[in-house]
Amino acid sequence: MADQTLPLPGTVDLNPSRGAAFLEWLHSWVVTVDHKKLGILYAVYAIFFLLVAGAEAMAIRIQLAIPNNHFLSPELYNEFFTMHGTTMVFLVGMTLIFGFGNYLVPLMIGARDMAFPRLNAFSFWMSAFGGLLLYFSFIGGFGLYGMGSAPDVSWWAYAPLTAKAFSPGHNTDYWALALIVMGFGTLGAAINTLATAFSMRCRGMTLLRMPLFVWLMVVTSSLTLITITPLTAAQVMLIIDRYLGGHFFDTQAGGSATVWMHFFWIFGHPEVYVLILPAFGIASEVIPVFSRKAIFGYPAMVAASVGIAFVSLSVWAHHMFTIGMTSVSNAFFALSTMMVGIPTGIKIFNWIATMWGGKIRFATPMLFCTAFLFQFLCAGLTGIMLAVAPWDWQLHNSYFVIAHFHYTLTGSFVFCMFAGIYYWYPKVTGRMLSETLGKWHFWLFFFGFHMTFDTMHFVGMLGMPRSIYTYEPDRGWSTLNMIISVGGFIQAIAILIMAWNLINSYLHGAAAGNDPWDAWTLEWSTPSPPPDYNFAVDPVVRSRRPLWDIKHPNDPDWKYEQ
Amino acid sequence: MSTIPIFADESWRLPSRGRVAMFCLIIGESAIFTIFVVAYIYYIGRSTYGPTPKILDVPIFNTVCLLSSSLTIMLAEREIDHGRMRSFTAWWALTMTLGIIFIAGTAAEWRDLIYNHGLTISTNLFGTTFYSLVGLHATHVIVGLVMLGLVLIFTLTGHVNQSHAERIQVLSLYWHFVDAVWVVVFTVVYIVGR
Repeated sequence: MADQTLPLPGTVDLNPSRGAAFLEWLHSWVVTVDHKKLGILYAVYAIFFLLVAGAEAMAIRIQLAIPNNHFLSPELYNEFFTMHGTTMVFLVGMTLIFGFGNYLVPLMIGARDMAFPRLNAFSFWMSAFGGLLLYFSFIGGFGLYGMGSAPDVSWWAYAPLTAKAFSPGHNTDYWALALIVMGFGTLGAAINTLATAFSMRCRGMTLLRMPLFVWLMVVTSSLTLITITPLTAAQVMLIIDRYLGGHFFDTQAGGSATVWMHFFWIFGHPEVYVLILPAFGIASEVIPVFSRKAIFGYPAMVAASVGIAFVSLSVWAHHMFTIGMTSVSNAFFALSTMMVGIPTGIKIFNWIATMWGGKIRFATPMLFCTAFLFQFLCAGLTGIMLAVAPWDWQLHNSYFVIAHFHYTLTGSFVFCMFAGIYYWYPKVTGRMLSETLGKWHFWLFFFGFHMTFDTMHFVGMLGMPRSIYTYEPDRGWSTLNMIISVGGFIQAIAILIMAWNLINSYLHGAAAGNDPWDAWTLEWSTPSPPPDYNFAVDPVVRSRRPLWDIKHPNDPDWKYEQ
Repeated sequence: MSTIPIFADESWRLPSRGRVAMFCLIIGESAIFTIFVVAYIYYIGRSTYGPTPKILDVPIFNTVCLLSSSLTIMLAEREIDHGRMRSFTAWWALTMTLGIIFIAGTAAEWRDLIYNHGLTISTNLFGTTFYSLVGLHATHVIVGLVMLGLVLIFTLTGHVNQSHAERIQVLSLYWHFVDAVWVVVFTVVYIVGR
């Protein structure tokens, strides 16, 4: 039967030319609604913008490396630090978490695809075009001469700096419109993730058997629903002010600049939890597998994640201690911020308890997760310091704050994302990443990170404010700033090693097989890379570690789990 | 794969993805409305010049129309659930009519405010908050009317039948949400704020 020729309708070019084959390949990626391809698109897009925003950070660090420097013009400097922050949060962070979520959530719960594949493609392309719109600002307006009209009001865009009078041209409009477009994409992705996790689970995959990464994506998506939307609402108000002559943030007409701050941070603070929760999810998958133990305290981990989401909604005004709130408000937001320490503390202890007595393998993903534990702890401790209102009055808008949130977003979020990339790359491509390059990447990034961000705490306590263009040599910040900049470049080298590793291993890496890490969640039961249909047979699950049950039929988990 | 112990779990039922997604959308939309409502409440009486909320007339008839459309759409849901397509079409068309009356009423109200009272979105802070909050709700009504209209066209051309009952119910959830939000907007703008 196999050598029979079947008549095909129309003409099929069995040996298409290179150009035609390329177009065919490109077309398959543009029109795809497959969650795996969209997940890869999200991740590639995020890594591309990681390099772009990283380059902006390097330019900022060159500018600040020595006093009275004029490497960048003041205008361009403002554009660069605004775009660095906006890009890292929205184009790198948000797209990377939904990239991981897209790829892994259906595979981990044994589903064929996301709940709404076309909505999924729509969400991705909305995010993608939002990002392009944001970066078009560099060539929009006055064109490349003078570097166009990129947003230059910083990523929190405080009123009244964003009013027409103080921000003429289209800089602020690009910022608001691009983020509104991306916001709709994110909203779609969050709805899709929730519908997938609740409605697409395979038989036996009860809510309390879902892998923790899926749980964390559920929590983060729920949080996204109620945090991205206030930003969209506030930006619509800003657009009304700028285009229709509205007065929301116009203090002369009775409007209030403080209201913008509240609205922005009602979005802005939960946003960092939106980013960090999937990072927790990755750590909760990687640490057990590389410690050869089941996760310690699964129900407590789930409860702590939901708890973090709830507490994070009531802490936003700790960004605003210096605007002169009442003592009651200051006390409330100081205490609610410290409350975050309780559920996050539970999580840190559970991860350590998972490693305790385990047979730990320090492969690259585990190295990143181990560093994450200590860095996240430090970030949490400086967070509690900054939650003390009088301490914050001293250090508000100083480099101490910059150091704190880069400890959470780089030291914790990015480290976990790297762990996730090293952990799931074999599943996605079918090839292992080079461990040697991975270790170089880790150690260089680790040392660069500490050189940069540890030092930033000190320069902050010496009084260096954030967002300044340059400084005088007699301030005593010169040496420390040079150390920070050198550390930044060490990190940049590490990132380039990772980029090279990603490309080179894709072409020449060792074959991975289905399950290179001897892991326990469902995605490792499929071939690498998984076929379009994911699972040849719909899986049936009886415990939190379905692959453990298969590998150890005499000692399955479901005998012990309730 | 065959080593997975197969067990009979006949009660394996998951919630409808359409319903879950619509509830999620409603939660997200509620957050948007919350921000606009909070802005409206915070800015009550802070306008430094120009018309005040005293010029507003309470749109009782409009409100009755919109809220009763929630009832008619519920009846339509019930009819399609039982496969009675003719009465479904009738209730559905009535729902749309009530929605259109509401939008027409809002248009008339805005026309009066703009031409007789000189209140536009840029006149003063009250105008900005009023038109953006009521306009945000009206936008949602219009989006709902477009979707209701599509369903009506497909029903009249015979493409909708009993098997679409669940999708109709998911769409109705959105319409109920739009009505429920009006209760909040109405209370804030026409009762508390006036």
